Amino acid sequence: MVHVEALTKRFGPLEVLKGVSAEFPAGAVTAVVGPNASGKTTLMKSILGLVLPDSGRVEVLGEPAINNPRVREHIGYMPQDPRFPENVTGREVLAWIEELRGRPKARLEELVERFGLAEHLDRPTRFLSGGTRQKLSAVLAFLFDPEVLILDEPTAGLDPLASSRFKDLVKAERDRGKTVILTSHVMSELEELAERIVFLLEGRVVFSGAVEALREATGETRLERAVARMMEAV
Amino acid sequence: MKGATAKIFKYTLYDLARSRWVLGYAMLIALMVGGLLLFGNDPTQAVVSVLNLVILVVPLVSLLLGLMYHYANRDFALLVLTQPVPRASVFFGQLLGLGVALVGAFLLGAGAPFLVYSLIGQVDWATLFVVLVVGVAITLVFLSLALWLGVREEERVRALGVAIGVWFLLTFVYDGLLLFFIILAQAYPIDPWVIGISMLNPVDLGRVLVLLHLDTAALMGYTGALFKHFLGTALGTALAALALLVWIFWPAFFARRRFEKKDF
Repeated sequence: MVHVEALTKRFGPLEVLKGVSAEFPAGAVTAVVGPNASGKTTLMKSILGLVLPDSGRVEVLGEPAINNPRVREHIGYMPQDPRFPENVTGREVLAWIEELRGRPKARLEELVERFGLAEHLDRPTRFLSGGTRQKLSAVLAFLFDPEVLILDEPTAGLDPLASSRFKDLVKAERDRGKTVILTSHVMSELEELAERIVFLLEGRVVFSGAVEALREATGETRLERAVARMMEAV
Repeated sequence: MKGATAKIFKYTLYDLARSRWVLGYAMLIALMVGGLLLFGNDPTQAVVSVLNLVILVVPLVSLLLGLMYHYANRDFALLVLTQPVPRASVFFGQLLGLGVALVGAFLLGAGAPFLVYSLIGQVDWATLFVVLVVGVAITLVFLSLALWLGVREEERVRALGVAIGVWFLLTFVYDGLLLFFIILAQAYPIDPWVIGISMLNPVDLGRVLVLLHLDTAALMGYTGALFKHFLGTALGTALAALALLVWIFWPAFFARRRFEKKDF
């Protein structure tokens, strides 16, 4: 479970988060949606500790998370555009992160097989295509079986097979009680995966709750329509 | 060194050891030093020529390679920062890794030609030793400056521009202005001031350190002669070395502070 309360963040003159409070329960996929520059990535990065909020609280599994690197033991993260040290192979990157975490790579074989990554692991990462780097990033995020998964546009660049396998994996993790926080521009993907929505607009939460409730509130059955209606309404 | 710092140091070094840029730098230095050795005839003069190389090329390459690595690895730093690792470990691990890689490339590039040359000619080992120490210190000073610049500036091109400006200022403009000042004020007892002003420039400090150990100090520059005259070799060396250490640490200190508070 992840809990954020009254988060504010300013980048120079730009107020990106204006008192964001939201709940990301365990055993559910919560999508963070909103137009470009609404604060989605800043919110996710605040949970990860990459962005330091000006005020407010972040709790991960009940533990305060700001300036607390230890909580990241429980977080797996897929960034929008993952990159790795150029001269190093995928296998080495995996070994490094394993060493940094000080825990064995619990699910390596299963994940490598799921994403068909075996043949790419021994090449320097600078030779990997965007999609393959994305797969490597997925393996890293799930590798240590973390309680919390933060996935920022995770399927961008994945081929249809990898993408559908990825979505199956996310569902399985949710069913195992994991907290999944997700952004995506692909509405059909959110429709398939998310049961909860946190809707951000200009740094404020304008809706937070079950997807069903959003549909009812807007009178639209399709998620894409419902989201578009929310954007228009405010 | 704490566990996480040591690990990140190891990864940074491992990555850099395979980098074509670092290898290219070592070869560039080796070619230039080899050329100086072949075409010079006096062994001490060869070492002094290497000093000039150290003073011009090493700061520029340390700045540029430090910045390039910083920007090329921002995304990897991001990945590491999402792991249960304190920010300070990420910063120091990278700083140390870069430091060891660049120092290694410099020592290899500048030292190996002398080793080969010693088979056929005479080498002034004592002076060479001082020049190498100065080269190492200058490498670390400019790497430390590069990281500070990199951590502060999001835009690579602007950072590279500032770096080249800083290099030009410290290697060329500063001495010109100092000379101008000396000529303007030649009627006054300004020598202690000149010593003070030189200590504000790491490049001058490096030069002074080497010149203090040469008999021909006066031939190689006014400030070197001044240091020798006013402070003597021992005190002059100690002061210049201390000032160089300060130059290594202060940019790194501010870089680290910025890194801790930065948003990624």
